[in-house]
Amino acid sequence: MRPNAKDYLSREEFEALQLRRLRETLGRVYHLVPFYREKFDQAGVRPDDLTSLEDLKRFPFTVKQDLRDHYPFGLLAVPMEQVVRIHSSSGTTGKPTVVAYTEHDMRVWTEVMMRTMLMAGVGPGDVVHNAYGYGLFTGGLGFHYGAEALGAAVVPSSVGFTKRQLMLMRDFGATILCCTPSYALHLAEVAQEEGLDPRKDFKLRAGFFGAEPASEGLRRAVAEAWGIKYFEAYGLSEIIGPGVAASCEYGELHIFEDHFYPEIIDPETGEVLPEGQEGELVFTTLTKQALPLIRYRTRDISRLYREPCRCGRTIIRMGRVVGRSDDMLIVSGVNVFPSQVEHVLTKVEGLTPNYVIVVDKKGVLDVLEVWVEVDERIFTGDLGTLENLKHKLEEELANHLFLRARVKLVEPKTLERSMGKAKRVIDRRELEEKLGR
Amino acid sequence: MRSQYAIKQLSVFLENRKGRLKELTETLYQAGVNIRALALAESAEFGILRLVVDNPEKARSVLSSAGFTVKEQDVFAVEVEDKPGGFYQVVKILSEADINVDYTYAFVGGGERAVLIFKVPDEDLERAMEILSAGGIKLVEPLFFYGA
Ligand SMILES: [Zn+2]
Repeated sequence: MRPNAKDYLSREEFEALQLRRLRETLGRVYHLVPFYREKFDQAGVRPDDLTSLEDLKRFPFTVKQDLRDHYPFGLLAVPMEQVVRIHSSSGTTGKPTVVAYTEHDMRVWTEVMMRTMLMAGVGPGDVVHNAYGYGLFTGGLGFHYGAEALGAAVVPSSVGFTKRQLMLMRDFGATILCCTPSYALHLAEVAQEEGLDPRKDFKLRAGFFGAEPASEGLRRAVAEAWGIKYFEAYGLSEIIGPGVAASCEYGELHIFEDHFYPEIIDPETGEVLPEGQEGELVFTTLTKQALPLIRYRTRDISRLYREPCRCGRTIIRMGRVVGRSDDMLIVSGVNVFPSQVEHVLTKVEGLTPNYVIVVDKKGVLDVLEVWVEVDERIFTGDLGTLENLKHKLEEELANHLFLRARVKLVEPKTLERSMGKAKRVIDRRELEEKLGR
Repeated sequence: MRSQYAIKQLSVFLENRKGRLKELTETLYQAGVNIRALALAESAEFGILRLVVDNPEKARSVLSSAGFTVKEQDVFAVEVEDKPGGFYQVVKILSEADINVDYTYAFVGGGERAVLIFKVPDEDLERAMEILSAGGIKLVEPLFFYGA
């Protein structure tokens, strides 16, 4: 069987598979992990209560803090003898999070990474230059195992030493690049500084980029700088690492839903939202043994689409991650994310100027303003150009946010001067509430 | 002709904010830069101050360090008699050559001659200077602004 055969199951086949795996997972965590038993008991649900996929909404969520609270191995569902790999995130806020894999989990991870890289038809003859970090971070080893299993030659270059990386990419004839999108752009820039033409002097044909949010402008810049096809790899280490979802040749992100069951919820109320609506992405692992997670809140804002894709795959699709639920602003009842504003700025100007989003209240109405710094990259010395820019931005923002936003062009450093530090969002409504009290 | 007659004009982006113009002129004053001609273009929320100074490099550097956004552009200046029709003559020649005037402003020097500064699209600058010169209009050399 081809490793990506599951990308093409019928809806009924997916649902039957998911229901069977979900019941099995719920039963396992309830009996093996005290944390889940307590939570299920508190919520008054038992694994047997799940008779259809919709019933999952009755089960409690898991959040990142739960992983921290049970550092290091409190959420494991297998004895330590079965664990063959441990990864960990750097703990910038508090304790790190730890994820563990059994031999079976490693096979699942390798499979989804193969399916990711099959989006570009990676196989024998390909030279995969893997510049994701090797080590505790899941990126490097995730791609490594997937590429190797497909019979490609892997160059485990990891991060850093950019000039040496370029030399190896050139000398070894790399055809596939794996790294963060910003590093891919940096590599291209350094290549140019070295007098090389990234489009002509290299053999790259595609790349798998992820591990950080990337605006439309950045994606385009990477694809154009190298003259390659851009594939997105979406994942998070808590769920498995890279390999949770991958984009196909049409740029549509497919979630490997036979292993990771997705839901979209309202981040405020926790309610499951209908298909196509925007909300927070939640995953339940269906096959993981060492660290199964039930309704894990990713904080990523996206949408789900079940109708088959142009590429022929029937496996569910998710929209681009438009923001993090932690950053979400509600303006006049409309959800607004700083990343949407950034997307528009990048699209209109071809660059990302400094900006700040200011939300205020005029009477009972919310007012949204976007302050954009006029720096030397934007300023042509011409008044009309600036006025056009302002109007164009306002028009595009209205199209993207479904909300009127006023654009204010400001002098550089104004933002820092009036806000004290680099901050993307100023919500003056909160301030007024506090002062009013 | 560009190398001989082009004058460096500085455009500075300004928010319509109280005291900002004062800060700008103060910055130049403290650096010992003399403003020879200026014009302000405004919209409701922001403006652009255009300056011809005696030392453009220095002005640009002190303004940039003071946090202003500055753009340098080439303009040219002509000298006409300070009487009716002096300005018209110049504009007529440009218009007949199908050259658009972005904007123009005056250097206030006194005497019976007036000096006018013209900004045209950069691709037309060379041609504008040539036809004006051929039309008997006197172009003013940069030294007039920088040297004084
Ligand atoms: Zn597809």
